[in-house]
Amino acid sequence: MMASSYSAKDEDGHITVSGPGGGTLRNKKPENTAFKQQRLPAWQPILTAGTVLPAFFIIGLIFIPIGIGLYVTSNNIKEFEIDYTGDDTSSPCYNCAQNFSWNNTKSCTCIIPFQLDQPYESNVFMYYGLSNFYQNHRRYVKSRDDSQLNGNIDSLKKPSKECEPYASVDNKPIAPCGAIANSMFNDTLKLFYNDPNGTSVPILLTSTGIAWWTDKHVKFRNPGGNNANLTAVFQGTVKPVNWHRPVYELDTDPENNGFINEDFIVWMRTAALPTFRKLYRIIQKNNNMAPTLPRGNYTLVVDYNYPVRSFEGRKRMILSTISWMGGKNPFLGIAYITVGSVCFFLGVVLLVIHHKYGNRNNSANISN
Amino acid sequence: MTWRSPLALVRDALRGQRARENELRSLESNLPYEGLEKGKQPNRYFTSNAIKTTKYSLLFFIPMNLYEQFHRLANLYFVGLVILNFIPQVNAFQPEIALIPICVILSLTAMKDAWEDFRRYQSDRKLNNMPCFIYSRKEKQFVERCWKDVRVGDFVKVVCNEIIPADLLLLYTSDPNGVCHIETANLDGETNLKQRTAVSGVCNTHPKFEPESFKGIVVCEKPNNNLNHFKGYVEKPDKQKVGAGIESLLLRGCTVRNTDHAVGFVVYAGHETKSMLNNSGPRYKRSKLERRLNIDVFFCVILLFTMCLIGALGHYLWLNAMPVVPPYLVPPTSGQLDSPSLASFYMFFTMIILLQILIPISLYVSIELVKISQIFFITNDIDLYDEETDSRIQCKALNITEDLGQIEYIFSDKTGTLTENKMVFRRCSIMGTEYPHKENDGKLFQKISRTSSSSLSHSQKTDAYLDFFLALAICNTVVVSMATSQRRRVSAQNAGSIFKFCKRKPKRNRTFTEDSEEHFQPSGQTEGVRTTGLQPCSLHPPSLSDKPALTSDNLRYEAESPDEAALVYAAKAYGFTLLSRTPDSVSVKLPSGEVLDFEVLDTLTFDSNRKRMSVLVRHPITKEYVLYTKGADFAIMELLGTPYAGMLRLDGNKKNIATVTQRHLDCYAKEGLRTLCIAKKVVSEAVYKRWSVDRKKAMAAIEDRERLVMDTAVQLETNLTLLGATGIEDRLQENVPDTIQALREAGIKVWVLTGDKPETAVNIGYACGLLEDEDLVINMAAVFQITCTNILDCTLEEVRRYNADPRNVDTTLNMSLVIDGLTLDKALSPDLLDRFVALVKHCRSVLCCRVTPLQKSRVVKVIREKLKVMTLAAGDGANDVNMIQAADIGIGISGQEGMQAVMASDFAISRFKHLKKLLLVHGHWCYTRLANMIIYFFYKNVAYVNLLFWYQFFCGFSATAMIDYWLMIFFNLFFTSLPPIMFGIMDKDISAEMLLGVPELYKTGQGEGDYRFTTFWVSILDAFYQSLVCFFVPYLVYQDSDIDMFTFGTPLNTSALFIILLHLSIEIKSWTVVHWIIMLGSVALYFIVTLAYSAVCVTCNPPSNPYWILQSQMEDPMFYLICILSTVVALLPRMYIHLQIYYYGKATISRTGVNQH
Repeated sequence: MMASSYSAKDEDGHITVSGPGGGTLRNKKPENTAFKQQRLPAWQPILTAGTVLPAFFIIGLIFIPIGIGLYVTSNNIKEFEIDYTGDDTSSPCYNCAQNFSWNNTKSCTCIIPFQLDQPYESNVFMYYGLSNFYQNHRRYVKSRDDSQLNGNIDSLKKPSKECEPYASVDNKPIAPCGAIANSMFNDTLKLFYNDPNGTSVPILLTSTGIAWWTDKHVKFRNPGGNNANLTAVFQGTVKPVNWHRPVYELDTDPENNGFINEDFIVWMRTAALPTFRKLYRIIQKNNNMAPTLPRGNYTLVVDYNYPVRSFEGRKRMILSTISWMGGKNPFLGIAYITVGSVCFFLGVVLLVIHHKYGNRNNSANISN
Repeated sequence: MTWRSPLALVRDALRGQRARENELRSLESNLPYEGLEKGKQPNRYFTSNAIKTTKYSLLFFIPMNLYEQFHRLANLYFVGLVILNFIPQVNAFQPEIALIPICVILSLTAMKDAWEDFRRYQSDRKLNNMPCFIYSRKEKQFVERCWKDVRVGDFVKVVCNEIIPADLLLLYTSDPNGVCHIETANLDGETNLKQRTAVSGVCNTHPKFEPESFKGIVVCEKPNNNLNHFKGYVEKPDKQKVGAGIESLLLRGCTVRNTDHAVGFVVYAGHETKSMLNNSGPRYKRSKLERRLNIDVFFCVILLFTMCLIGALGHYLWLNAMPVVPPYLVPPTSGQLDSPSLASFYMFFTMIILLQILIPISLYVSIELVKISQIFFITNDIDLYDEETDSRIQCKALNITEDLGQIEYIFSDKTGTLTENKMVFRRCSIMGTEYPHKENDGKLFQKISRTSSSSLSHSQKTDAYLDFFLALAICNTVVVSMATSQRRRVSAQNAGSIFKFCKRKPKRNRTFTEDSEEHFQPSGQTEGVRTTGLQPCSLHPPSLSDKPALTSDNLRYEAESPDEAALVYAAKAYGFTLLSRTPDSVSVKLPSGEVLDFEVLDTLTFDSNRKRMSVLVRHPITKEYVLYTKGADFAIMELLGTPYAGMLRLDGNKKNIATVTQRHLDCYAKEGLRTLCIAKKVVSEAVYKRWSVDRKKAMAAIEDRERLVMDTAVQLETNLTLLGATGIEDRLQENVPDTIQALREAGIKVWVLTGDKPETAVNIGYACGLLEDEDLVINMAAVFQITCTNILDCTLEEVRRYNADPRNVDTTLNMSLVIDGLTLDKALSPDLLDRFVALVKHCRSVLCCRVTPLQKSRVVKVIREKLKVMTLAAGDGANDVNMIQAADIGIGISGQEGMQAVMASDFAISRFKHLKKLLLVHGHWCYTRLANMIIYFFYKNVAYVNLLFWYQFFCGFSATAMIDYWLMIFFNLFFTSLPPIMFGIMDKDISAEMLLGVPELYKTGQGEGDYRFTTFWVSILDAFYQSLVCFFVPYLVYQDSDIDMFTFGTPLNTSALFIILLHLSIEIKSWTVVHWIIMLGSVALYFIVTLAYSAVCVTCNPPSNPYWILQSQMEDPMFYLICILSTVVALLPRMYIHLQIYYYGKATISRTGVNQH
């Protein structure tokens, strides 16, 4: 840019002449500021034994108690798990599992007795668990229409193409569309307490409050508002292929029906890992004195609808009390204890090294 | 516009093409054709003077800019990914979203380009519309037009202090001698005035210049970019040819000085002018680090492909293991699932899209940003600012800052680089007698006067003294200007008056000469004049304080080389004042106050082959044709004829002046003085006449002109009579020994390549600490190849024996080599090259003397290629340009010798001592900063991408991302982009004081440096480890729980942010306010943006449902426990190893400390 460069020079010269300084040509001198001279006051963390050793010991001292706390908390959580997949001939659900496929409309019931060795205090959460079910498959995760689920009428009539091939049947839109909804878990689980006196008492299972509040009230909405006549609103849509009932018949409670059915909402929150559990029901603590689930024999009655044998999946029912840290998980506690101990150990090692080289350093200083 | 057949148009275009491509161009004046349509113009084929440096036009900006940008491989990669994303079988994200990064990058670059282009457009427009005067036949005078209206064949008038609009062949100037001075500072940065002479006799100039009288044809060569060369002639209607060279060409962009006005014929216009052809844009050099970086990017590509292959293979196995189609496997719209092999084939590409950020595209943008900031800091360093010249360091190459930290060899010029290049006249030897000169010291004058008075009777001898000083004053190309007048920025009026003053003076002198011719015809009287001329010199020696006259006091000499100026000033100090110089005459004021006006018949200019210059003058009194020659001692000595005849006869003493002078010269050289010999020759008229015919022929030649002109010069420069020699001191620059000492401690080998003689070089070598007294100095000066071989073999054997000696385990042989140009040629011959290189590897320093510019660059190239080292060449003169361009880094020192070196350099400094801070501090910083930043970038991308990769093992290798895509983009674009850039710009691993105080620290950057193969892989492994921790801690916590996908991703993303930023915190060595703000700001930005996004986005980005996820996570203590645990576990090894290294380093330092004491 020869051309531009000399015009620039001329300008510079002009400034020099007309500037207030007049004769001074010191205009090119760089500013002597801390920033431009890279002399900003700086803190240089020097890794010395004095700063690092305490850090290691402090990490150790903090982590070990936290780990112990977590471990104890986790151990206090009571959890009971029962596998009812029915791939074993001895299993009560063997027959149901053998004969079952998606197309069956007739439900098959199996009864599984079990025993709780400890009484379950406070609220008990009832989960169903699936294994080897990849709810996180990329195509599967995409196969939904959030705006349809948010009550958008247009999307209800014309689901997003992401839902393909579960978007429509015979040119009728599917509500709710997509593979996630289509594969919704539809076993029904019932729990009975076998009183020592021989009677079988059904346990009250609360089916609300199991989904996120924001999901239930913000993300998921029935088309035409929550008080509309769902049957009328869903007129012109068809149920997902694998469903036995249309979406507006999921529950009798209008607050828990249609898209805002909590079982449905829970299912739609796709699990992160192929082995997962999902909250099914909550057993509320009803009596301050008695445990929610006392020790004893129980019966789990399953309406076996959901086939998992085809992909070697497993189904479980889980009963668990929860604490502030959620469900039972010894890992975090152990991990904290381990890391704390390692830090402590490293601190000791460093202390030794420090002593070793620190002395040498001193000798060097002396020789100076 | 009349209609013309397309055939005619094509024919015309072809003819134009041919005219432009032709080796010789014939140009006619436009004036006879004025007003005619374009097709009739004789010079219509040549470009007009309007310039267009813009790259784009408004209409085609977008397509052209995109085309330009897609030349970059990185952008193509990005676009390829976007295209992949639009293929439904393959896409991983919403195709529209995938467009965002590439659009951001492309539009940012386009905006930058557009702005730059707009600035170019503005400057073009400004230039094109600058006013100038073009002769119009209609109006019979020069009319004001714009630059863009200038065409080839026009007559353009330029006035004082105006910029020349096009390359003009000078036809007329207001100066009666046809001289025009120009300043070429805009072209090559040289501020001295250059004299240009009008081509005479092609136009009527009396009484008024009439362009219409120009009837000739200008024949000139094809446009080229050589600023110092032009070949052409004017063919007059009578077929007579008048030669014209560069001395008649006014170049576009130069400024007219000291000349009221001048008229020229436009030969080249617009883009064909020499200044525009020279304008080749910024230089592009690739730094060593960048070459290394590209290899690592290649490794990343391999890594990416491996990971994608694993993904594809995993997907295939996963699909194959499935007995029937499970409900979660969604068939495509067609309803039919792809076969496992096809699906995994598609998966390969999907994986590429998913893991694309493994190739750090943002790295290139960041590196550019960092380098610009590094240059900002370098240019703003107050320590690299020179008060005296008011100049900062200039960084011409923008992308090799980090190479400054890896230099292993420095090749330095001597004159002007190590020394001041401010020449001070120190000693002279006249007729075999040696006189020291000290400023303000009367001794010298007394000595001269004593010698002069003692030999007053021998007029012949004093004649030699007179001749000696006359030669000093005359034999040069110095331009005289007035010291009082501000040459720059004088208003037109002012300039005019000064100009008139200058103009008047020669005239008066001429009348004086004419008078003297009339009155002092007899030879006897001439002698009288001569004696009286010298008498005041001997009786009343003029001293510096006692300035002769006001006019000569105000004179200022502008010389092309400082030596010339020094000699002219020296002559002035002895009373021989050069008053004025025109191409035809030189006026010198003698000590007596008389003014002698010599007619200059010819000037045989300096060239590097002859290494001398001569001026042929006609003595105003004796009417003798005298040739004064000045040149390098060996260039003069070989041309000496008989010793000074009169001297021999009169003294009766047969001492050979040449021998004595040679001895003096050797003395001077030992003192480190620069030597020149002065000689004279009286030419008979017949010889002159014969010679001048040849000379004219040579000057008008268009083929091989330089050689012919040189040959004529050599013809005349024979049988010279030695007058004497001068010794000029060139002082060392301040702090040179100190700087060289520091550079050596830093493990850099310093070589000096100089055109001076070995004695001078060795002397300077000792003075600046390159050579030390206890050093073994090997002097290689071999005439024959065989001697050269012997010296090399012997020395190598010596080195081998020394190193084999068990007593010398810890010490190395302090050996230095001094080699001269001739021997160097032999040593660099193919069969000796390896031995030479092997030898110099052991040398502490090497001095090459009497080397040509070509040899300089040869040496640099050989060392660079054979030893595979990083080289730096520093020089200040035009003779260093080759070397500067051959080295990895070229440093130009803006000194006294013009600006060619600076123009060719990558960095321009004003003092040699600046090299110390530039290399030891800035070089080290730039290198470590950039190297660490690059490694960090690789680490960062690998660590983050691997989170996604590990997840593939738990989602059937289906390329699912558990992190919202927007957040992923933001993560790279906003949350983690600024800290590494800041790290690259501002980190200081060691303070400047420490780096300057302990130059050994520089060694960390040499050779492989910080940025090594292992460093790269260690950080990649660390990235793998950290991502494993970052993924598996949450995984193990949330295993078999009711966690959903994107909630699972949140602690992952958050702890990844903490790990990545804290990892950087471990690497940052000094924390300033800026660091804290940027670090904390990045974390704050992450939480603010993510929280806002999860609060607002209810259904906006399917399939991820970010709504309220982070909020609900932040209510959960587990989230914090996970983040803390994974951060600590991920960083523990690095922290621990850093500590170990610290202790190890401390231990080594203390151990060496013990050893030293």
